[in-house]
Amino acid sequence: MATETHHIHGRIGQSIKRIEDARFLRGKGNYLDDFVLPGMLHMAILRSPHAHARIKSIDATAASAMPGVIAVVTGDLMAQHKLAWMPTMSGDTQAVLATDKVRFQGQEVAAVIAESKYLAEDARDAILVDYDVLPAVISPEGAKAAGAPVIRDDKEGQKDNHIYRWEAGNQATTQAAFAAAHKVVRLHSFYPRCHPAPLETCGCIADVNPATGKATIYMTSQAPHAIRTVFALVTGLPEQQIRVISPDIGGGFGNKVPVYPGYVVATAASLLIGRPVKWVEDRNENLISTGFARDYYMTGDLAVDKNGKMLALRVHLDSDNGAFFSDAQPSKFKAGLFHIVTGSYDIPTAHVTADGYYTNKAPGGVAFRCSFRVTEASYLIERLVTNAALELGIDQAEFRMRNFIKPEQFPYTSATGWVYDSGDYPRAMKVALDKLGYDDLRKDVEARRKKGEVTGIGIASFTEVVGAGHGAEFDILGLRMFDSAELRVHPTGKAMLRMGVKSQGQGHETTFAQIVTEELGIPATDIAVEEGDTDTAPYGLGTYASRSTPVAGAATAMVSRKIRDKARKIASHLLEAAEEDLEWEVGKFYVKGSPDRAKTIQEIAFAAYTNLPEGMEAGLEGVHYYDPPNMTYPFGTYAVVVDIDKGTGQVKVRRMVAVDDCGVRINPMIVEGQIHGGLTEGFGIAFMELITFDSEGNCIGSNFMDYLLPTAWETPRFELGETTTPSPHHPLGAKGVGESATVGSPAAYVNAVIDALSPYGITNIDMPVGPDKVWAALRSKGVTE
Amino acid sequence: MKVAMTVNGAERGGDVEPRVLLVDFLRTNLRETGTHVGCDTTSCGACTVLLDGEPVKSCTLLAVQVNGRSITTVEGLAQGATLSPIQAGFHEEHGLQCGFCTPGMMLVGTALLKRNPHPTEDDIRWAISGNICRCTGYMNIVKSIQHAAKATAEAAAKPPVGVGAAAGGE
Repeated sequence: MATETHHIHGRIGQSIKRIEDARFLRGKGNYLDDFVLPGMLHMAILRSPHAHARIKSIDATAASAMPGVIAVVTGDLMAQHKLAWMPTMSGDTQAVLATDKVRFQGQEVAAVIAESKYLAEDARDAILVDYDVLPAVISPEGAKAAGAPVIRDDKEGQKDNHIYRWEAGNQATTQAAFAAAHKVVRLHSFYPRCHPAPLETCGCIADVNPATGKATIYMTSQAPHAIRTVFALVTGLPEQQIRVISPDIGGGFGNKVPVYPGYVVATAASLLIGRPVKWVEDRNENLISTGFARDYYMTGDLAVDKNGKMLALRVHLDSDNGAFFSDAQPSKFKAGLFHIVTGSYDIPTAHVTADGYYTNKAPGGVAFRCSFRVTEASYLIERLVTNAALELGIDQAEFRMRNFIKPEQFPYTSATGWVYDSGDYPRAMKVALDKLGYDDLRKDVEARRKKGEVTGIGIASFTEVVGAGHGAEFDILGLRMFDSAELRVHPTGKAMLRMGVKSQGQGHETTFAQIVTEELGIPATDIAVEEGDTDTAPYGLGTYASRSTPVAGAATAMVSRKIRDKARKIASHLLEAAEEDLEWEVGKFYVKGSPDRAKTIQEIAFAAYTNLPEGMEAGLEGVHYYDPPNMTYPFGTYAVVVDIDKGTGQVKVRRMVAVDDCGVRINPMIVEGQIHGGLTEGFGIAFMELITFDSEGNCIGSNFMDYLLPTAWETPRFELGETTTPSPHHPLGAKGVGESATVGSPAAYVNAVIDALSPYGITNIDMPVGPDKVWAALRSKGVTE
Repeated sequence: MKVAMTVNGAERGGDVEPRVLLVDFLRTNLRETGTHVGCDTTSCGACTVLLDGEPVKSCTLLAVQVNGRSITTVEGLAQGATLSPIQAGFHEEHGLQCGFCTPGMMLVGTALLKRNPHPTEDDIRWAISGNICRCTGYMNIVKSIQHAAKATAEAAAKPPVGVGAAAGGE
């Protein structure tokens, strides 16, 4: 046979160039705002200038009379259609357009539908709203203060601002362990509010056909199928009459998971007017009103024995959830997967408690490039471990090595109940330390300190929990967190793969094609991957929480194997040999002992439509819904070297070594790209990015001049390393990597700063670690230039 | 107001309100949607185009301000099916992920290499520091521009074989 199976383009492990690049390089991507539908109108949203105020009146008379204005939509109009409120992903309610009060600055109050975006914005500015301003609550501390205004007075029985109390682990055994501890190290840490801020903002075009009633909604959504179901439940439209199309997405990072009020208003407006309605946020709207991240106040206590062995961990956290509890997370877990907080360490017992509070801030806690609050957990334990090492006088790396879960302990059940699938933490640490030249660097740090320099090394050895489900444990609004792949092999041997997940830049069109290549031998460039259209793609829960490769990647492997099973039967027919006498070599079946008697997958595909065995169904297609048996647990060690200018407080990252173990890598180039991006977002969070509020609840960080993102100039140059510990339960051994670097890196950066400042007795600076805070910390200890 | 300009070598025009931004004119009136809007405040660079060869942020210029001048957008980089060296560099070095910042990055890279054919890494990082990428962490964007610089230098050092007089038009 002529087929060169060993050189099939795109098998697993090959860094093939991305298939999707072709359109993006030419400016021919199809992002939401690029779509223009016939007769399309434009929507602009009027937002509250106040964090907390009662609405006395809304006067849209002047706005309605302005040129090009088709309609002004208010909460009252939405209420007439029972759409003034919508359910959230955490079982709460959220105002679509405010009817009674506004509860955060930027909340949606009214919307103008007009012939152009400019005219819609003109009219929006002409709507008059009379507010009675109320005191604002901007933190959990303020929320629980005596006499604090009750933000959610719309909810029957809600007498205060407390949302939930949640716990994990074992209080009694943890208390006992603390009582017997040699030493307890405590860290108070605030993980501030930040924002995913994808470069493309959120938006939609709602197109409800007045003749058929079919609603086609183009939407920047990471989870189009789940959105379709939510829309059916919220609007009462039959689900087959809703089509969500998620086109090319300009970055998501969690920001594009939730349902936002703008989507609901645009859809209602299109339904009422009978024309398509486009709504695209501007950057200010994106930063002040859509899914923020973090905003966790955490207190961690680590108990250790006299040999430096960890005995127990106790954590309490207060969560600032904003005005509506709309965290996008599995419904059983009020604080997401925070209870992975024991991290990479063999800690016999742990107890975690969490309280959630309403505040007058934007709702929509999303996992900004993190699997449901794993970032906060990883940050806390890694900061706590470094502080403990510094306090105990044990080297940071040595302290970690002493307490790691050992390779032979896997599968490992953690104190809070997670079953870690696989890991080799000492190996990842060793690769990182070798790459960094740790021992020499430590000596160098000591030498530099003697000369008066402020320098330090930070380490973080994170463990993530990603790839949700299993569906029995993990669900979004009851929808089990499986995912899907549908594969059609055409008569000419080319293929179409459709997925329930949705790329936002992760390179799915290449990665998932490569999985088919590996399983069937069809070259990756012969496979078209399609995602995001709920009328054509199989149902799935979408792309977030690093779940695409662990779940949909597994589904792709499984559906390919189903097709290979059928291909074997067809090959048996074509080769006139028994099925059990056939051997599979990527891309072809051959008769055992006679490699020349073979049929390629392309020949078999043709036969599936032209020359089938008697009684066999035609075609070579299949679909698979994969419900993972367990989560996957990627891990790694990151190490950072910083130099600090005593005069200015400026922190300079001199080195950043990142060793990741995400199991088997499908396309190493794409994996490394994901890691680069995550390390940069982690750098931004550690040093620059901050959404904060003044005492009146005014959002500071509401544009890219105040919300600082890393540019090429400050971003460090990363040095990557890897180890490979396959996941034992994933069909390809892959674990997922999209978020590892954002989860693991902030603690590494901050640990380096704290290590540098430790000789001066400074034990904590909360992120973002800007020069002002470092300068003040040094001055507080009497350190000057 | 009537406005006319050269866009990617072609004469284009329209009738716009004086307040219409250049980026809106390109995207809405001319339907050239490769130029993106990321921030509206001149901060992110997704809307970068070349104005008479120099990078500008088209969200901060009015369409009428560029009347009579020459604009290059991402749609003008490739010559037919052939990618420009910068486009090829971004593909080869995985310089893009979601693709939203990519047009602006490639245009800045194009202008940089025209002015400075052999940039250092710092030259490149400084040149693209007005453009934000949220996906790549910049390392591969730097490599992409270096790739283009190298390819351009190699092509210049090695004139195409067999074109003879046809090359005289250069």
